[in-house]
Amino acid sequence: MIMNNTKKTTGKVSGIIANLVIVRADGPVAQNEICYINRDGIDLMAEVIKIIGNQAYTQVFESTRGLRIGSPVVFEGHLLEATLGPGILSSVYDGLMHDLHEMTGVFLKPGEYTRALDPEKIWDFKPLAKVGDQVLAADWLGEVMENSIPHRIMVPFVFEGKYTVKSIVAAGSYKINDTIAILTDSNGKDFPVTMVQYWPVKKAIKAYKDKPRPFKLFQTGVRTMDTLNPMAEGGTGFIPGPFGSGKTVLQHALSRQAEADVVIVAACGERANEVVELFVEFPELEDPKTGRKLIERTTIIANTSNMPVAAREASVYTAMTIAEYYRSMGLKILLLADSTSRWAQALREMSNRMEELPGPDAFPMDLPAIISNFYSRAGYVYLNNNQTGSITFIGTVSPAGGNLKEPVTESTKKVARAFYALSQQRADSKRYPAIDPIDSYSKYLEYPEVQESLRTSISDDWVDKVMLVKNIMIRGREASEQINILGDDSVPLDYHLAFWKSEVIDAIILQQDAFDKIDFNTPIVRQKYMLDKVIDIYETDFEFDSFEEVNPFFKRIINQLKQMNYSEFQSEQFKRFENELYKIIEERKVKK
Amino acid sequence: MSPVAFQKIYTHITNITKATCSLKASGIGNEELAVVHGRLAQVVKIMDDEVTLQVFGGTEGIPSNAEVIFYNRPPTLKVSDDLAGRFFNAYGHPIDGGPEVEGEERPIGGPSVNPVRRRQPSELIATGIAGIDLNNTLVTGQKIPFFADPDQPFNQVMAMVALRAEADKIILAGMGLTNDDYLYYKNVFENAGALDRIISFVNTTEDPPVERLLVPDMALTAAEYFAVDKNEKVLVLLTDMTLYADALSIVSNRMDQIPSKDSMPGSLYSDLAKIYEKAVQFPSGGSITIIAVTTLSGGDITHAIPDNTGYITEGQLFLRRDTDIGKVIVDPFRSLSRLKQLVIGTKTREDHPQVMNTAVRLYADAANAKTKLENGFDLTDYDQRTLDFAKEYSEYLLAIDVNIDINKMLDTGWQLFARHFNKAEVGIKQELVDKYWPEK
Ligand SMILES: Nc1ncnc2c1ncn2[C@@H]1O[C@H](COP(=O)(O)OP(=O)(O)OP(=O)(O)O)[C@@H](O)[C@H]1O
Ligand SMILES: [Mg+2]
Repeated sequence: MIMNNTKKTTGKVSGIIANLVIVRADGPVAQNEICYINRDGIDLMAEVIKIIGNQAYTQVFESTRGLRIGSPVVFEGHLLEATLGPGILSSVYDGLMHDLHEMTGVFLKPGEYTRALDPEKIWDFKPLAKVGDQVLAADWLGEVMENSIPHRIMVPFVFEGKYTVKSIVAAGSYKINDTIAILTDSNGKDFPVTMVQYWPVKKAIKAYKDKPRPFKLFQTGVRTMDTLNPMAEGGTGFIPGPFGSGKTVLQHALSRQAEADVVIVAACGERANEVVELFVEFPELEDPKTGRKLIERTTIIANTSNMPVAAREASVYTAMTIAEYYRSMGLKILLLADSTSRWAQALREMSNRMEELPGPDAFPMDLPAIISNFYSRAGYVYLNNNQTGSITFIGTVSPAGGNLKEPVTESTKKVARAFYALSQQRADSKRYPAIDPIDSYSKYLEYPEVQESLRTSISDDWVDKVMLVKNIMIRGREASEQINILGDDSVPLDYHLAFWKSEVIDAIILQQDAFDKIDFNTPIVRQKYMLDKVIDIYETDFEFDSFEEVNPFFKRIINQLKQMNYSEFQSEQFKRFENELYKIIEERKVKK
Repeated sequence: MSPVAFQKIYTHITNITKATCSLKASGIGNEELAVVHGRLAQVVKIMDDEVTLQVFGGTEGIPSNAEVIFYNRPPTLKVSDDLAGRFFNAYGHPIDGGPEVEGEERPIGGPSVNPVRRRQPSELIATGIAGIDLNNTLVTGQKIPFFADPDQPFNQVMAMVALRAEADKIILAGMGLTNDDYLYYKNVFENAGALDRIISFVNTTEDPPVERLLVPDMALTAAEYFAVDKNEKVLVLLTDMTLYADALSIVSNRMDQIPSKDSMPGSLYSDLAKIYEKAVQFPSGGSITIIAVTTLSGGDITHAIPDNTGYITEGQLFLRRDTDIGKVIVDPFRSLSRLKQLVIGTKTREDHPQVMNTAVRLYADAANAKTKLENGFDLTDYDQRTLDFAKEYSEYLLAIDVNIDINKMLDTGWQLFARHFNKAEVGIKQELVDKYWPEK
C-alpha cells in the first residue's frame, strides 16, 4: 500500500527497446509500481524498474511486438502482488500468479490475465478467534480445509499494530471475498477482513515472533542428502551442476518425497516438458506421509524458458511469497526453484538493456545482494501464537560451462548453508544422484543443535558414523588416485581395500535409482540400517592373496547389497539377499 | 511479400551503422518490417520519433537518402498445404522456381504454448540406430541437438534419422548451409521419394548471415501449421544452430550491446530457448520434434553456444569416430536423451533400462582399462574382458550403420554380457537376469 491517490497516474509510451519500454508519466510513479500498457486494445502488464524525471523505465512482462510510441499507459498504484487465500494449492500459475488452467486456448495470449483464486468456490469456514480477541498481522482468525490441509485465514499481513476482533462470522460456507471478520484498530476504526489478502512479492513477510537457527533434520528420502549432508528444516541449500547432471531429477525427487506439508515448485526459465511431468504425475502419486495425492499439497509456478523473460524474475518472488503465506499457518514448506541462474540471467538482460555498468560476467553489480536477500526469506519461525512453521529452500544453479567460479554460484555459496555439488564425472558414469560426496557439504551437520537432534532421532553414534563415512570416501579417493598413478600391482593391497570399501558405500548409500519403485525413496530407518551394514563391512578384516581377488569379491558384495536396495525393506526377498551377503562375507573374513 | 500501396515513403536516414540505420518516422510498431534501399529490415528500437532498423542483408552501400518503406506488420509466412514439397529462402520466398505459396498469412515467432495445455511426450521415435534407440531413445515432442565437430557426418545421420522417423512432415531449416550440403539433403529426400513430405527454409553460406535469424521462426511457423491445424507429426531439422548464434552475436555486437561469455549476447539462453521450446506434443495428437546440429569448435562444449543449448534441449547426441572399429558411433558417455525415461521399459521391453545402463557402465570400465593400458600398466583378467566387450559393443550396437529393432538391440546386449561376464559382474536385478540371461 504505497499510495492512496484516488486518481491513477497515466502516461504515454516514449521509447521501446525489446521489452524495456519508457513511459512519460503525468503524475507520481513509484519504483516497482505495476502499470498496464495498452497495445491496440490489449493491456500489457509491466513493472517500473527505474525513474528519471517524468520518464518511467518499465519492463514489460510480454512481447512488445507491434507496440507504438504514444500508446496509453495506466499506473496501478501498487507493486507486483501475490493474491493469497484458499485455493492456491494444486494450482498452476505463471510467474505473475495468473492461473494457467483458466486461460483459454492452446497458446498463451499476451494480456490474457486470469485470476489467481476462484471467487465462486465455497469454503467451510471455522472461526478460531473470538469477539474481543486482540490480534496482530498474521494471527489466525479461522480456518478452512484446503485439500487435506488446514488453511488458516489470517489477519492481513499489511495490518500494522494491534486490532480487536469486533465480529467474526459463525462456522459455515463462505466465498473468499465474503467478509468473515471485522477488526477494529486502536483509533476505533473498523476494517472488514475477507479470506483473501494481497502482498507485494518482493517484500519479505515478517509477521512472526522469532527465527531460530534451523535445528532439526528435514528428511528427503535421498540417501546422499539425509545421511551424508542433511538438510535442516527451515534451512537453505543449493544444487549447482552442469547441464544434464541431474538437478531437475533431484528436485523432482525432493518435491515428491520430502516430508513437507506444502511444496512450492518454481519452474523458473527451464523446460516446459519438465513441468508437464509434474502435472501428469502429481495427481497420480501419493504423498508418502498422508497417502493423499501429491498434487493436493503442491503449487507449481511455471515460468518456463519460452515465457516472458521479465516474469521469470517475478516468478521466484511469487513462489517465496506463497511459501511465506503458508508458513504463517504453522506449516512446513518446501520451496524449490529450478533454476535460479535463469532468474539472474533475466536480471542481466534487463540491466544490459538499461545500459547499467555491468559487474562480473555482465551480471548486475548488486546480484550478490539480491540473491542473499532472497535466501534470507527462508527459515524456521515461531509464530506469534508459539506455533512453528518453516520454509526449507533449495535452488538449483546452472553455471555457465559447468564452471563453479561464476557470479551466481559464488553469490549463492555465500548464503546457502548446504551445497550439493553435482559432478559431471559422476553423471557421466551414471552414478546418480551425481552429488559429489567430497566437495559437497551441509553446514547444518556442524550445528550442535542439529547434531543433537540427529542423535536423539536416529541414534547416539549417528554423527560419528557419518563422519567416519566421509572419511572413508576421502581415503577411497586418495587410494584410487594412487592406484591410477602407480598401477594396480605397485601399490599395497590395503589401497585396493580402501578403494573398494569406499566403492561399497558409493554404490549402496550414495547411488540411488530415482526411477526404481523401491529404491527412489529411503526412509531414515532404512538409511540407518544400510549405513550400519556398510560400516560393518568396512570394519571387517578380509584376507586376500593378491589384489586381483579384491575387485571380484567386492563386486559380489555390492551386487547383493544392491539387490537389497531394490527389495522391499525387511521382506523375504530382502532377507534372502542379506543372507547371501553374509555368506560372501564369511568366505574371506579373517577368523579371529 | 510486398508493401501495401499508398504507404508513406521516407527518404531521410539519419544514422547508418554496419547492421542498422535510423530515421525519423512516426506511427511505427515495434518489430515491424520495412524495406530499406530494397533490402528487408526490421524495427529493433524506437525512441520518440527515431526508429532504428536492423537491415538483414547488411547496410553496405545504403545512401542516406535511400527509400524506406514500412510494412505495418512483423515478418509473416503464408501457410497452407501447398508448403509441402517446397524450398524457400529465409524470407519465405520460393527458391525452387515454383510459384509463391498462397495461404493464411501468419506472424512468425508467435506465442508459446500454455504449459498446462501440453501433453507429455510419449511416442517413441525409432531410428534403427542403437546408439539412439537403445541408449538415447527419442520421443515425439522432444528437442535434441547433435553436438558434432564440423568434419563429422552429422548431416548424413540427421537425414537418415529424419527419413526413418515416420514423420508426416520434415521441415529443414538450413542456416549457413553449404550449397553442397543443401543439394545433399535435396538429393537424399528426392531419392527416398519423400519430397512431398519435406519443406525447406534455407540460408546458404552465400546469403547474408543475418538473414539466418529468420530461418528457425519460418520453419517453426510452418511446423505449427501442420502440427496444430492438421494434427500432424512434424520433425524439424535445424542445422547449424552455431551459425544461427553467430548471427545473433554479429547483430548484438554491431548494436553495441555488452557481450557476455564468448562474445555472445546476454540473452543467448532466452533466444535459443524460444526456438527449442517450440518442440511440443499437442493434446490433439500433432507434435513438433526438433533435431538440431550445434557444431563445436575443437570439441569444446563449455563454449557459450553448446553450453546454453545443453541447458535448453532435452539431451544431446555426440558423434565420435571409434578408432578400434574404424566407424562413427554415437558416444554413449556424453550423449543423453532426457525423455527416454518416458518410454524405456514401458513402451519398450522391461529390461531396457537395466541393459542400457549396465552396458554403458561396462563400457566405462573398459575406458578405465584402456587408460591403464596406455599408462603401461598390466591389465587384470576383468580389464581384458571389458576391452573385448567394448569392441563388440561398438561394432554391434553403437556404430551408426547398425539398423535393427529395439528388441534385437536388447538381445544383443544380453549376449554380449553373457559372452564376457558372469551374472554378479553384470549386477542386474535378479528377476531380469533369470528371464533374459542367455543360457549357452
Ligand atoms: N537420480 C537419477 N537416476 C537416474 N537417472 C538420472 C538421475 N538424475 C539424473 N538422471 C539422468 O540425467 C538426465 C538429466 O538430468 P536432469 O534433467 O535432472 O539434469 P539437469 O541438471 O537438470 O540439467 P539442466 O541443467 O540441463 O536442466 C535425466 O534425464 C536422467 O536421464
Ligand atoms: Mg534441469
